[in-house]
Amino acid sequence: MSDIAKNPDRSFVRTENIPEAPPPISTAGVAGWMRANLFSSPANTALTLLTFYLLYLVVPPLFEWAFIDSLLEGESNKDCRGIEGACWVLIPKRFGQYIYGFYPEPERWRVNLTFILFCLNLLPVLSDRVPGRTFAALFLVFGFPIVAFVLLHGAFGLESVPTHKWGGLTLTLVFASVAILFSLPIGVLLALGRRSEMPVIRTICIAFIELWRSVPLITVLFMASFMLPLFTPEGVNANELLRALIGFIMFASAYMAEVVRGGLQALPKGQTEAAMALGLNYWKSMQLIILPQALKIVIPGIVNTFIALFKDTALVSIIGLFDLLLVARSAVTDPKWLGLEHESYIFAALIYFIFCFSMSRYSLWLERKLDTGHRN
Amino acid sequence: MSENAGEAGAVNTETLSNEPIIRIEGMNKWFGQFHVLRDIDLTVYRGERIVICGPSGSGKSTLIRCINRLEEHQKGAIVVQGIELTGDLKQIDNVRREVGMLFQQFNLFPHLTVLENCTLAPIWVRKTPRAEAEELAMEYLTRVKIPEQALKYPGQLSGGQQQRVAIARSLCMRPKIMLFDEPTSALDPEMIKEVLDVMVELAETEMTMLVVTHEMGFARQVAHRVIFMDEGQIIEQNEPEEFFYRPQSDRTKLFLSQILSH
Repeated sequence: MSDIAKNPDRSFVRTENIPEAPPPISTAGVAGWMRANLFSSPANTALTLLTFYLLYLVVPPLFEWAFIDSLLEGESNKDCRGIEGACWVLIPKRFGQYIYGFYPEPERWRVNLTFILFCLNLLPVLSDRVPGRTFAALFLVFGFPIVAFVLLHGAFGLESVPTHKWGGLTLTLVFASVAILFSLPIGVLLALGRRSEMPVIRTICIAFIELWRSVPLITVLFMASFMLPLFTPEGVNANELLRALIGFIMFASAYMAEVVRGGLQALPKGQTEAAMALGLNYWKSMQLIILPQALKIVIPGIVNTFIALFKDTALVSIIGLFDLLLVARSAVTDPKWLGLEHESYIFAALIYFIFCFSMSRYSLWLERKLDTGHRN
Repeated sequence: MSENAGEAGAVNTETLSNEPIIRIEGMNKWFGQFHVLRDIDLTVYRGERIVICGPSGSGKSTLIRCINRLEEHQKGAIVVQGIELTGDLKQIDNVRREVGMLFQQFNLFPHLTVLENCTLAPIWVRKTPRAEAEELAMEYLTRVKIPEQALKYPGQLSGGQQQRVAIARSLCMRPKIMLFDEPTSALDPEMIKEVLDVMVELAETEMTMLVVTHEMGFARQVAHRVIFMDEGQIIEQNEPEEFFYRPQSDRTKLFLSQILSH
């Protein structure tokens, strides 16, 4: 008490409320953002200037190469003489092959139709503004593959197009979408099995995951393509595309299982206990409580695996399937287009980028949408 | 009104039925080699309210978690509402439907709104139509005094509010028995009272309650019986008055002196 008497600053009672005020202008708006993020310190300022300088060095020449000094229309690589920039002439001429491979031209509408139907089926699964998510998701896995097979391969009077004629982006998309669609549910089941209390199921799941994960994808594809036919009886010869696809799905599922298991482990045990205490059985508590939360946690990991899968489809070119990459490579072996490797590969890369970047943006949007502000 | 009853220290035990709702006989449980529960004998009567206390690690939480089979016992018998708890999953689900439970960490489902938390089990376990389940949920949310939070997510609520939602969520299943596993231990002091108030009101509805807690005021106010556990055994049990003012065992006296000293 005597302290306070000697030192009146130590005793204080507020009598007026301080009114709320906006932040100072120098920290808000564009100028504020730039000051805080680009020029906050001498080192940061130097880095910003250096970055702008590098962008200045790279971007304008690249732009000129691709768009200004380039040639879009022509008959062969002879037209490229004297062209400083990119010589895109093979892209419009070979566009059909990039997209459809050797799929016969009069039948290509079937590929387009399949793609449109696929997008329509996907819409309610991806967005909750369109109703019918559960049905659409089930149909996507159990119904759509049949529709796609009938349309692409041909049945019921549609002319048959054998799978070795499929190619280009079509083949890449078939491979990637089937692998993505099947690897997630199989991966979820494997992850649940690996955490099961039943030793037999747990052991089988662990063995499956570890076996597929420890083999390189190329080996899986070689096995599916060359080794498997040696062991199957004569006459029983599953389609090459199908064999590669199954190997691909198994491989992807093993990876997916481990991603999902990460999500399951991140959930507090109390969630399962609360679900059990309410009388929910195992499958209901997984479906309603555990998986929605666990999958939400691992969205970045799942999409990461999806993107990796999409690009790994390029490996099927090794066993002779004409995917987008192989089309891009073989186009420039034609003497007519010799020397246009850059343009062909850049075009293929651009297509890969569009699909992968879309998946990445979708996952960011989904994460934000599912955030209910709970921190455990 | 309930507070007056608490001050008088007289919980009316005469109206209590003598119909057992839970019977535990010679129950033992081990975690690996560790003997957590030893020869537990306990009969709970319909409408009875029991407070279980004891030092940490004494097995009190494990005991009530055995009653809805969140923990498995290895020896002895537990019979809840005439159903013996064995490995039979169907029977376990039947028991869990009738037994509500509250957790220290609330364990609300963070991806669902408060209302969805309350309607989930009635809709999926009891097959109640959605509209009816929502009506029921609003009724109980009103009883725990947070109907206005129904459309928020648990992450937007305070701890006390979350625990009250958890009470409403359990009550929506219309349980015959409620288990409370230290329901106020994770709460800030100013929120403990709002949860205890709801529990006191619940006690007035003749609900069978087993409460693991250190809130001795609550025990005096509502419990018919207080059980003291230590080292996996029931050391002493008595009516609250006798228990608090005339404890018999030295361990009980030591425990009471420790928790009542401040």
